[in-house]
Amino acid sequence: MRTTKWLVPTLYIIFLMLPIYWLLSMSFKSTNEILGGFTLWPREFTLANYAEIFTDSVWYNGYINSIIYVSLNTVISVLAALPAAYAFSRYRFLGDKHLFFWLLTNRMAPPAVFALPFLQLYSAVGLFDTHVAVALAHTLFNIPLAVWILEGFMSSIPKELDETAYVDGYPFWRFFIRIFLPTIAAGIGVAAFFCFMFSWVELLLAKTLTSVAAKPIAATMTRTASSSGYELGLLAAAGSLTLIPGAIVIYFVRNYIARGFALGRV
Amino acid sequence: MNKTVNNRAWFLVIPVVVLVAFNALIPLMTVVNYSVQETFGDNTFFWSGVTWFEKVLRDDRFHGALGRQLFFTGTILLIEVPLGVAIALTMPKKGPWVSVCLVLMALPLLIPWNVVGSMWNIMALPDIGLLGYTLNALGFDYNYTRQPVSAWMTLITMDVWHWTSLVVLLAYAGLVSIPEAYYQAAKIDGARPWAVFRYIQLPKMKRVLTIAILLRFMDSFMIYTEPSVLTGGGPGNSTTLLSIDLVKTALGQFDLGPAAATSLVYFLIVLLVSWVFYTLMMRNEES
Repeated sequence: MRTTKWLVPTLYIIFLMLPIYWLLSMSFKSTNEILGGFTLWPREFTLANYAEIFTDSVWYNGYINSIIYVSLNTVISVLAALPAAYAFSRYRFLGDKHLFFWLLTNRMAPPAVFALPFLQLYSAVGLFDTHVAVALAHTLFNIPLAVWILEGFMSSIPKELDETAYVDGYPFWRFFIRIFLPTIAAGIGVAAFFCFMFSWVELLLAKTLTSVAAKPIAATMTRTASSSGYELGLLAAAGSLTLIPGAIVIYFVRNYIARGFALGRV
Repeated sequence: MNKTVNNRAWFLVIPVVVLVAFNALIPLMTVVNYSVQETFGDNTFFWSGVTWFEKVLRDDRFHGALGRQLFFTGTILLIEVPLGVAIALTMPKKGPWVSVCLVLMALPLLIPWNVVGSMWNIMALPDIGLLGYTLNALGFDYNYTRQPVSAWMTLITMDVWHWTSLVVLLAYAGLVSIPEAYYQAAKIDGARPWAVFRYIQLPKMKRVLTIAILLRFMDSFMIYTEPSVLTGGGPGNSTTLLSIDLVKTALGQFDLGPAAATSLVYFLIVLLVSWVFYTLMMRNEES
């Protein structure tokens, strides 16, 4: 048993990596080679697909747009969730449990249900096709998640910390920012990671709420389908590039993830 | 933790309530509004009461989509949860390999959903894709654009590939929170691996597993982008899940009334199941 234990995770990781390998390998092939037949690795190694993405403003603007609204969403979600999570973890107040469940129900709302009303709502307030619109729309499912995670982290901090600070004469906000936030830095990291992740991977709402100026990269990728058939090489290169931000973020928070889950309610 | 009763805590919650209410209540009211009205597309609306709801609840198309959705969600839960637990149990607990495992396993979670769809779409192509070509070379008759069975297998494999890691991460987090002393005690008592799993590891993972099942239920029930890119609901209607059906009605045919009624029924199902789960979870936590 002991000696073969590593086999399960190893096989699983190989299973996970195969499609990713295939995507990367295609991104270095020309579309002709991809369509020409099955090749396990690129026969004529080419960087042309990447060159096209980095020189065409429509392509690289897609990445910039995505990163702008994802970052904005992460900041808004975490900032709004921090005081709320503190309230849930420290106080009992009128309707607190119902409010908590109501927040969670929004995590359950299928985006397909909301796509059309969102379009009308954000057009009505004049935010259609802006980064702010997508960032705000994504708070629908990210704020509940951030509150949930942060509440778990905060509840693991003993209340004596707050009380000692008040005895020492700290006003609430000074205590909150100077003492409390640094104590739960790991939790903030985990919450930010999940907000980043869910905003980065979501497409339906992001696509519905934008047309040109704030179009996300994931929506730009549909371009390859319409022009001159499927440009698979280009599509694969664009897809490969979308892996990078996620990989960077997960590398930074890798040590907090397991701890975050264990402490938090998630 | 004993909490202080303090209604001023509401002030701390206001930003969240305002943001979420703006995004949730207004669109929800719009949906409710459409669901009880009839329109001929010229922006005039007539009150139609619950006709749309009656129609949707009797509609074969809705029943079909709901049935496929339940089958999909049930299947992926049955595969992903045991598989995720098994992987978490066999993962290294300390050392440099932990980071490697965590980073590699989390990677699929961070890929935009339409990229996941296109990746699998291309990879499963029978003539030029890695998966499709290999399967056919091994003698299987596999073509997901024509055979419903192949399409379903591809869809489920894709979801297992995409989301099992979430269960792994959660289960793993539950496992590492078990103090080493528990295992030592079990060892002294001469407990077998199965007993250790049944009486130490499983109870400790109960809470995180409930959350994992809840999250996977909600997310798989509202899945849209990946299957719509992978199969587009085809061949025929064989993989048309609820969301895909809904978007076809709402944006494809612009039948706002039926689409809105379907949305609400759909939302209520998710809400009901999640509420039952949530209540059970909270009860467990309090006891």
